Amino acid sequence: MLKLRGVEVGYGHIRALHDVSLEVNDGELVALLGANGAGKSSTLMTISGIVRPRGGTVFYDDLDLSKASPLDIVNRGIIHCPEGRRIFGGLTVQENLRMGAIRRRDRSRAAADMDRVFSLFPVLGERRRQAGATLSGGEQQMLAIGRALMAEPRLLLLDEPSLGLAPLVVRAIFRVIRELRSRRVTILLVEQNVRQALAVADRAYVLETGRVVLSGTGAELRANTEIEKAYLSGSPRKAT
Amino acid sequence: MTAFELLVQQLINAVSIGSLYALMAIGLAMVFSILRLINFAHGDLIMVGSYVALLLLLLGLPFLVAAAAGVAASTLAGLLMERVAYRPVRGAHEVAMLLTSFSVTIFLENLAIIIFRPTSRAFASPEFLRGIIEIGRLRIASLDIMAIACAAVLLAALTLYVTRTDTGIAMRAASQDLLAARLMGINVNRVIAAAFAIGSFMAGVVGILWSVRVGKIDPLMGFNPVLKAFVASVIGGLGSLSGAVIGGYVLGFLEILLQGLLPAALTPYRDALVFAVLIALLLFRPNGILGSTEREKI
Repeated sequence: MLKLRGVEVGYGHIRALHDVSLEVNDGELVALLGANGAGKSSTLMTISGIVRPRGGTVFYDDLDLSKASPLDIVNRGIIHCPEGRRIFGGLTVQENLRMGAIRRRDRSRAAADMDRVFSLFPVLGERRRQAGATLSGGEQQMLAIGRALMAEPRLLLLDEPSLGLAPLVVRAIFRVIRELRSRRVTILLVEQNVRQALAVADRAYVLETGRVVLSGTGAELRANTEIEKAYLSGSPRKAT
Repeated sequence: MTAFELLVQQLINAVSIGSLYALMAIGLAMVFSILRLINFAHGDLIMVGSYVALLLLLLGLPFLVAAAAGVAASTLAGLLMERVAYRPVRGAHEVAMLLTSFSVTIFLENLAIIIFRPTSRAFASPEFLRGIIEIGRLRIASLDIMAIACAAVLLAALTLYVTRTDTGIAMRAASQDLLAARLMGINVNRVIAAAFAIGSFMAGVVGILWSVRVGKIDPLMGFNPVLKAFVASVIGGLGSLSGAVIGGYVLGFLEILLQGLLPAALTPYRDALVFAVLIALLLFRPNGILGSTEREKI
């Protein structure tokens, strides 16, 4: 179980997170919502050990993530699929997936997992020898998710997987998220696509300027008028 | 000698010298591609390896043993350089890293001057590298064949390494996106150490071949090779491994071509002309032959 308590994060004089507390239980899909600059990505970067918190605690079971190296954190099964896809453009699809599995020692099961990624995203199988940079945006997102899955995540951090993608592709991505959920992969999902995110999430937190301002189950938040006002009803505040 | 024989003769010269430049340029390119660091101290690895080899030769060890020890010394020196000088400034501004590499150069060269004196010392080459092989009227130095063979073997091994092994593929991954590499659990320290080790190993091999070619070594001997390697990797596209190799051979051909075409009075200006060609190339292809035309990543 992932547990953040009173986490403070800052870059120079800018404070990105104020007193953020949240939990993700095993098998849960938790959504992290909020506008640009609300601190969603900073939260994920803190969990994966790239950014060090100035205060508060970050625990995954008994492991103190605020002191563990990014490598140790990956070894514990926390896999971060970053915003903007960040696939390795000069590597082939296959090599990208192989890099996802680099910490694993069970070669034969990793090979089976690669086949599973190809059945999840058939287009990746067709393009397995193509360089990542030659894929379309949606295919690159599939590759980014596939690469993360190759690491056999116990906790998957998904940062804006639907950003900038065509509606059809967004639907495909959410289909996969639902499938992962049914396989009991624990997921912390950062999304600007609030409606879709709330539809799949067990629970959700809403961040605003680095603070948690709302939390609840997906159904509760969908019924919440604040959310409705802020993100769903085409109000002047941009929901990105 | 017919014109054709002359051409073949010069071609072999060009490939031989180009092989040395290519092997040197790879070391620069590997490190630059991951760290954005131009390691000017790369040339001093040549010097370190050559002195170690020379010391062992003077102790009476067989050439191949001394050469192997020299290459090993270069490799170790490269690893040490990374650990002591470059790891602490990793992620710092590129200028800070560049200045660090100058400091390492100044330190190593002065250390060598103190230990070995600034004068040059003869580097005796063994019988099997001094030979000349005659094919018809062609006269090919066995040293040239050795250089070409070394480059062929090392380049083939490197190609296999970066396309077949986990660490090799991870090296390419880290050069494209260091953050994503860390998030995937790639051991960045190990990958960077491997890049330094491979580049330094190649510099060590170049060092032995270079010393045999020139016949003497001195504490500042690394300067010219690293400058040439830098030019080669800029020609090919800084940070690209295949670009570094292509750049190395292009530079070799360019030098031999100018050597052959220039009137005797102008030969001392050969290097100046090589750099003029470099400037011209960069005016038309600012990112080198293989460099993409896309702007620097933010």
